[in-house]
Amino acid sequence: MPLLEIDGLNKAFGGLRAINGLDIHVDEGEVVSVIGPNGAGKTTFFNLVTGMETPDEGSIVFDGQHVVGLRPNQILQLGMARTFQNVRLFPAMTVLENVMVGQHSRTKAGLVGAIFKTRSQRREEAEIEERAKEVLSFFGTRLAGYRHDQLSMVLSYANRRRLEIARAMATGPRLLLLDEPTAGMNPRETIELTELIGRLRSERGYTIVLIEHDMQVVRNVSDRVVVLDHGVKLVEGTYDEVSTNEKVIEAYLGRPAELGA
Amino acid sequence: MTEAATVDARPVRRAARITPIGILLWAFRIAALAIILYGSYLSISSGRLSASQWRDLFVFGISTGSVYALIALGYTMVYGVLRFINFAHGEVFMVGAMMAFYVANALALTPLWASSPVVSLLIVLVAAMATSTSVAVIVERIAYRPLRGAPRLIPLITSIGASFTIQYIVRGLVGPSTKAFPRMVHLRGTTEILGIVILKSQLVVIVAALVMMAALYLFVEKTRTGKSMRAVAEDPETAALMGIDVDKTIVKVFAIGGAMAGVAGALWGLVFPSLNFFSGFLPGIKAFTSAVLGGIGNIVGAMIGGVSIGIFESVGPSLVLAGYEIPAFSQLKDVVAYAALVLVLIFRPTGILGERLAQDRT
Amino acid sequence: MSQVVDAPVPVEVEFRPAPPLDMSRAVKLGLSGGVAMVLVCAIGMVATFQPRMLIDPILPMGTFFLYMLAFIFGWMAGQPPATLEGFEPAKAGGRNLQAGALAGLLGGLCVGLLLIAMTTWDLRGVFINLSPELVEILTFGLPVAAAIPVIAAISAVAGALGSAIHLLPNRLRRALLPALLWVLVFSLFTDIFGQLFAGLRMEFLIDLLYTGRGGALTIVGAVIVFAVFFALYWWMGGRENTLRQRVKAIPKDKRSRWQIGAALIILVVLYFLPKIMGPFVSQILVTAGIYLLMALGLNIVVGYAGLLDLGYVAFFAVGAYTTAILTSPQSPMFTPQISVLASIPFVMIAAAVAGILVATPVIRMRGDYLAIVTLGFGEIARILLNSEWLAPIFGGAQGITNIPDLKIGPLIFSTPQDYFYPVFLFVLIAAYVTYAVQNSRWGRAWMAMREDESVAEAMGVNIVTAKLSAFVVGAMLASFGGTLFAAQIGSVFPHTFDIVVSITVLVIIIVGGMGSVPGVVLGAIVLIVLPNLLREFSEYQFLFYGVLLIVMMLKRPEGFIPSKRRAQELHSEELSQDAWLEIYGEKGLPEQVPEGGMA
Repeated sequence: MPLLEIDGLNKAFGGLRAINGLDIHVDEGEVVSVIGPNGAGKTTFFNLVTGMETPDEGSIVFDGQHVVGLRPNQILQLGMARTFQNVRLFPAMTVLENVMVGQHSRTKAGLVGAIFKTRSQRREEAEIEERAKEVLSFFGTRLAGYRHDQLSMVLSYANRRRLEIARAMATGPRLLLLDEPTAGMNPRETIELTELIGRLRSERGYTIVLIEHDMQVVRNVSDRVVVLDHGVKLVEGTYDEVSTNEKVIEAYLGRPAELGA
Repeated sequence: MTEAATVDARPVRRAARITPIGILLWAFRIAALAIILYGSYLSISSGRLSASQWRDLFVFGISTGSVYALIALGYTMVYGVLRFINFAHGEVFMVGAMMAFYVANALALTPLWASSPVVSLLIVLVAAMATSTSVAVIVERIAYRPLRGAPRLIPLITSIGASFTIQYIVRGLVGPSTKAFPRMVHLRGTTEILGIVILKSQLVVIVAALVMMAALYLFVEKTRTGKSMRAVAEDPETAALMGIDVDKTIVKVFAIGGAMAGVAGALWGLVFPSLNFFSGFLPGIKAFTSAVLGGIGNIVGAMIGGVSIGIFESVGPSLVLAGYEIPAFSQLKDVVAYAALVLVLIFRPTGILGERLAQDRT
Repeated sequence: MSQVVDAPVPVEVEFRPAPPLDMSRAVKLGLSGGVAMVLVCAIGMVATFQPRMLIDPILPMGTFFLYMLAFIFGWMAGQPPATLEGFEPAKAGGRNLQAGALAGLLGGLCVGLLLIAMTTWDLRGVFINLSPELVEILTFGLPVAAAIPVIAAISAVAGALGSAIHLLPNRLRRALLPALLWVLVFSLFTDIFGQLFAGLRMEFLIDLLYTGRGGALTIVGAVIVFAVFFALYWWMGGRENTLRQRVKAIPKDKRSRWQIGAALIILVVLYFLPKIMGPFVSQILVTAGIYLLMALGLNIVVGYAGLLDLGYVAFFAVGAYTTAILTSPQSPMFTPQISVLASIPFVMIAAAVAGILVATPVIRMRGDYLAIVTLGFGEIARILLNSEWLAPIFGGAQGITNIPDLKIGPLIFSTPQDYFYPVFLFVLIAAYVTYAVQNSRWGRAWMAMREDESVAEAMGVNIVTAKLSAFVVGAMLASFGGTLFAAQIGSVFPHTFDIVVSITVLVIIIVGGMGSVPGVVLGAIVLIVLPNLLREFSEYQFLFYGVLLIVMMLKRPEGFIPSKRRAQELHSEELSQDAWLEIYGEKGLPEQVPEGGMA
């Protein structure tokens, strides 16, 4: 049974039909890339899956459970976490705190524990901090050491993207949804991130769905590629199959104009 | 439905979640509705008030509502353009009303007051409009313009500060005592319109308000300034790229909102003959409620909302509360207004006619 | 063909001279200053302040305040503009003095115009404060025609003095201004210092500096105070290390010992404070303490969770009325007459219920609407408490009286001095809760929610629970304040619980610094203690709040003492540089970076 199964998804904003009968499935342990020209509905698709928007029609089943209508924090607890196209960290919180917040739904200390500093609360706090540092160490020296106490707003762009992934990792997900993780990065950073995505699956066992525009990344990382256009799945298959498909090329580049008006 | 016909529509399978909050809110709705309906039934069936008395209350509500509507225009326009609640607008109204009271009292000492009430009222009107407009523009220049890009709560807090400042400057200038509006001989008594008996002063208020609102509506829809105001409300950056002077347009928005509040100030004396430095606060809140009730950013909505709030507050206590035999229910008139505010914002924040705002860019 | 490249010739960058000071700005400032001065006269401030002598017998407070405005506007007019790239920094000189004098002059002329208007027509029908007394004050007893040049001259001089500040060398300025400020403090708070010196058995100081107990500062006294503080600040300015640097130099482990020591000293001072300062000041401190308690509660709702609650007074009322109903024999509905202390658990329950009732409808509301709805709730609460309908429970407009004093074991608290201690204890508890919550799971969840609600929800924060808990915690702290208030005053009346209280608490945390406990304390001192100590000033308290709010939002929205986090936000670049230095030591230069590129 696929980890994530989407059936007949429909979403319209006013007159604009963003998602138009979408069927996608993702199996556990896969890395799936979702590509398509701008406006194809990719980010809307992520918003629908994570509960930040509600679909007009269709079903989304994660790990055998229907999730349409659940609040985003409930969906997160089931095991889906995401990053955002334009990095949305908590700017006035430190790097460590951003990652610690990610663990909110996996921990349970309450206000009473915090005020009275009970042993279980103190233990849990120490665990939260340990876990956060451990997640950050996945990124090598980039987000380590002195960086822990820096406000996330002072980080470089690439580090902010990494931090967002770290925050998503901290929520303990089974499925990671990465929205254009390499957007705006230079070639070296892109290569590094591509390796990172590979390690996310091999070392941590996450299933990954990513939205990407950079075809090198898509080729190097994906088991399967799904092409979206105008809110519908156009084609899916391996990178080689998809990159040579006529319909895909037409979607990106358009049809040649008829000669003689 | 156009191209989507090729795909079978699948029903949404919702993970049904009945949250405790949802239950509470529904209980709230049902309770509020039940209270209102049952109270109304009791009041009407008890026959406490005659039909003509109900009509009187109704008409009174329309006239006070017209005043609220005029003030609401300022709130709704500023919110539509700058997305923040201009707390100081109630004081802009109060300042206009103060000027109206003083000018009227001065004119009342002259023969002009008795001989030509129309001219007198026009003078009062112009004075009030000029004062309110000036104060609105000054506040914008000093307190709001420097904060143009700031997160939304900061101008809100500044406007609270401006509201206090204006209130207490006025208190210092003219004293805390209540001022009285001079009576107009020509406006004493009632006339009959369409078979309804109505106080002459109320008629003047309603007609004047209608005229000003119609004028404003035409202005916003037809003139170039109006168009640029709507453009800036929609998208200030693009408006600037199209050559619209955004700063000047915003000043005009404040000025026009202030002018409308000035008209309201001039008309206030005809409905409520007393005024002090704190008199802007309640009408301000009620006017804001009206603006939201009609759909914030929506000018016609503000007008409808204003009249509605006036009617609710006038008819409400007698209709809903008297039935329950609540002693001194007229004390609770303001509770009706506040309750309307709370209920509107909780259950229909987009208002009757819907908001006319651009989507928030996240 | 190879070209020999000459060694690069150092290019002389010629800095253009700084642009001359803009006189039209001085004119604008002068006219604004003139409007301010006229307003200050017209609202009666000058006349109200005048009876108090700042420096006996030459400087009454009214006149001082008026020309202080000219001084301030002169200071603004004479301010050298910021250095532009490629220009030399502007040096303050004679032209700055001219600008200041011009601004002051214009201000004085505006006052002169007012004077002419006042003496030509009787404006008291409209502007009640334009009285003959005011004329007397402004003209110094001279005939109008002679007075106007005098006023203009004094204003001009005040403006020039204001701008002269910019001409002073740094060390002189850093000694002069604080010293003058201290003279002002000593002259304003004569009662406090009198009380303080009497309490410390140092009455001779009163005779030395003042005309007598409760009198004004004498010229001799002013000179002494000025000399002492000037010398002090001059000496401090001359030393190599500032106090802040020396504090930083203390190694980390020793620092906590210093902090504990400092805290103990503060505690000792606070223990003796009410005993020394007497009932009047103690009452003010108790009021300030209760506001401080509420401010710490609102700090959690607004500062941590980002929910602008304008109806906060409702929770204060819940605490006060719950205690009143449960403890007073005059409670109209039923009289359990339990002790104030025993009422506290019930107060907490009532507060929690109230918090949930208020929070539930506003959970999904956007910020400004939430503000207005909570304002509506606050007002509905007040009207209902005042209503005849609910008088059988709440006592209506007559309220509930005969609330007993607080009793903790054998200790009975009845006087303001007594109440200072429990109030202070609660403040300490609230401060501790604030700190404890900040670095906890919920503290982080609240902050995340404040920063970006939808992302916080996507990261697992249950927004509903977060908002509810923030409101409940805030409600509880406010209701503790209400209990103490009810016990101390002994009665509760509905008109006490109006929107002004909510706004005052909000102003305290905004002006002081949202999210920071020292900031909130400073806010309470500035907004409650100071205006109440100066009796004449208390009439203009809300005007002061309004102006202060506007000025703070324009100039320093993070507050006087922002939280460490806000301070970090503002100094983020410096922090990055410090971090860089930490890795690479003193040689943080590109050529000396180790092989293999940067980390």
